[in-house]
Amino acid sequence: MTQMAPRIAQLALFVVIMALWHLLTEPGLLPQLYFDNPNQAAFFFGQPLKVFAAIWDWFISGSIYSHLGVTLFETLMAFAIGTTFGLGMGLWLALSPAMSLVLDPYIKAVNAMPRVILAPIFAVWFGLGVWSKVALGVTLVFFVVFFNVYQGVREVSPTLIANARMLGADKRQLLRSVYLPSAMSWVFSSLHTSVGLAFVGAVVGEYLGSAAGVGYLILQAEGRFDVNTVFAGILVLTAFALFLDAIVSRIERHLMRWQPGTGQTEKL
Amino acid sequence: MTDALSFVDVTCAFGSGQAGFAPYIAVKDVSFSVRDGEFVSLVGPTGCGKSTILNVAAGLLQPSLGQIRVFGGLIDSVNLRAGYMFQAEALMPWRTAVQNVSAGLEFRGTPAQEAMSAAVDWLRRVGLGGFENRYPHQMSGGMRKRCAMAQTLILDPDIVLMDEPFSALDVQTRQLMENELLSLWQAKRKAVLFITHDLDEAIAMSDRVLVLSAGPSSHPIGEFVVDLPRPRDVAEVRSNPRFVELHSQIWAVLREEVLKGYAQQMTRSS
Repeated sequence: MTQMAPRIAQLALFVVIMALWHLLTEPGLLPQLYFDNPNQAAFFFGQPLKVFAAIWDWFISGSIYSHLGVTLFETLMAFAIGTTFGLGMGLWLALSPAMSLVLDPYIKAVNAMPRVILAPIFAVWFGLGVWSKVALGVTLVFFVVFFNVYQGVREVSPTLIANARMLGADKRQLLRSVYLPSAMSWVFSSLHTSVGLAFVGAVVGEYLGSAAGVGYLILQAEGRFDVNTVFAGILVLTAFALFLDAIVSRIERHLMRWQPGTGQTEKL
Repeated sequence: MTDALSFVDVTCAFGSGQAGFAPYIAVKDVSFSVRDGEFVSLVGPTGCGKSTILNVAAGLLQPSLGQIRVFGGLIDSVNLRAGYMFQAEALMPWRTAVQNVSAGLEFRGTPAQEAMSAAVDWLRRVGLGGFENRYPHQMSGGMRKRCAMAQTLILDPDIVLMDEPFSALDVQTRQLMENELLSLWQAKRKAVLFITHDLDEAIAMSDRVLVLSAGPSSHPIGEFVVDLPRPRDVAEVRSNPRFVELHSQIWAVLREEVLKGYAQQMTRSS
């Protein structure tokens, strides 16, 4: 019961938001508050019923699957490559202070740069296919993971390291048994952010030039002033971002089970 | 008997990190040795460099001057003949009790199966049978210390270094742990260098007690042989007249240093 209650509340909140959206945009339902023309609210903000009808159409006709597949592929690739590189670089620089000292200004510079600006350059380098989007996503994901790993490795308790060394750990064993597990809790907190950023990379990339993907669908709909389809695309993307985030949470719960929960007691 | 551990004029200076400031000399001209199979305690006021001395013995810290010899030989990195029980929590939180205890064997190349069964055995020996799969956060402070003790002793080190290992425990648990450590030590007779700020603990456990002067530039200023009969019970031995006598002798030396150390900290902070 107690576990269901917040779920029901969340669902109720969703229904309330949708109902409000419907009430405020359905032509002729409410007296006009702001717009002169009864159809104007619907034109600017879309209508939930039509949005869901558009989503329904996509999934029934199957036309969305190839686009969704492309976007998901780009997202997952950006996520995987960005995380791997971020983890590797983070470990490397955290463990070799001399290198990190040399590279420090460059990393700060690249991180401070608005990387979305690189999208057209990537389109030139990698073409208009999926890889230019993957590249954009990687630049976004990499830094989040990198900084978290770097911080995580730096903050390993010196006692833990000394203890592992006294127990006979060599450099590799120290990396595997102390640095990596210790950095993982930081990595996971960054993965939630990076899933979102991988999506941003993919969709912004598609939006700037592509022939497939949900971002492309949204761009097309905007060209036709079809706000309902735009919102439908946004909703589908949001749902999938939530879905990926849930997968990350599930893996995190499994790998991080050594972490103390707050005030937990065993069920007898 | 050979010396398991011997300090020869060891001096440790730490940079203040600022140009123009003199380095801080934590310990100066420290010379003493621990014989094989001997239990030696170091007592001293707070901030007198006890942990520095232990880190040098462990090979985690290189002395600025002087030498440290382990069974006659010099060490150039971590002293792998020594086991070190830290004051702070040193268990890996992402490993269960049994994985923590087997870590040392695993690092040193023992096959996993063998390391595991040895670890299970050691957990039973320190009274943690049945807690093999608990993570450190699921254990009490006393259980974590037992686990850390098993983690150190499973490697059967020739020298055991202990840095106030029981200081965070309540009095009852502490006496239990002290007795357990004594009986484990009695069976194997390894060289032990034990650091504590608790004089009762030092006398009850040791063959010899060294008193360090207040820092900076601290060094041993008193040496007392504890000739109480073994095996001892740390609670009972306290009522032994010889214990009381030793306690007042050592305290006479230590008291002055404690006051000096306190005065120095007050002036430094003002």
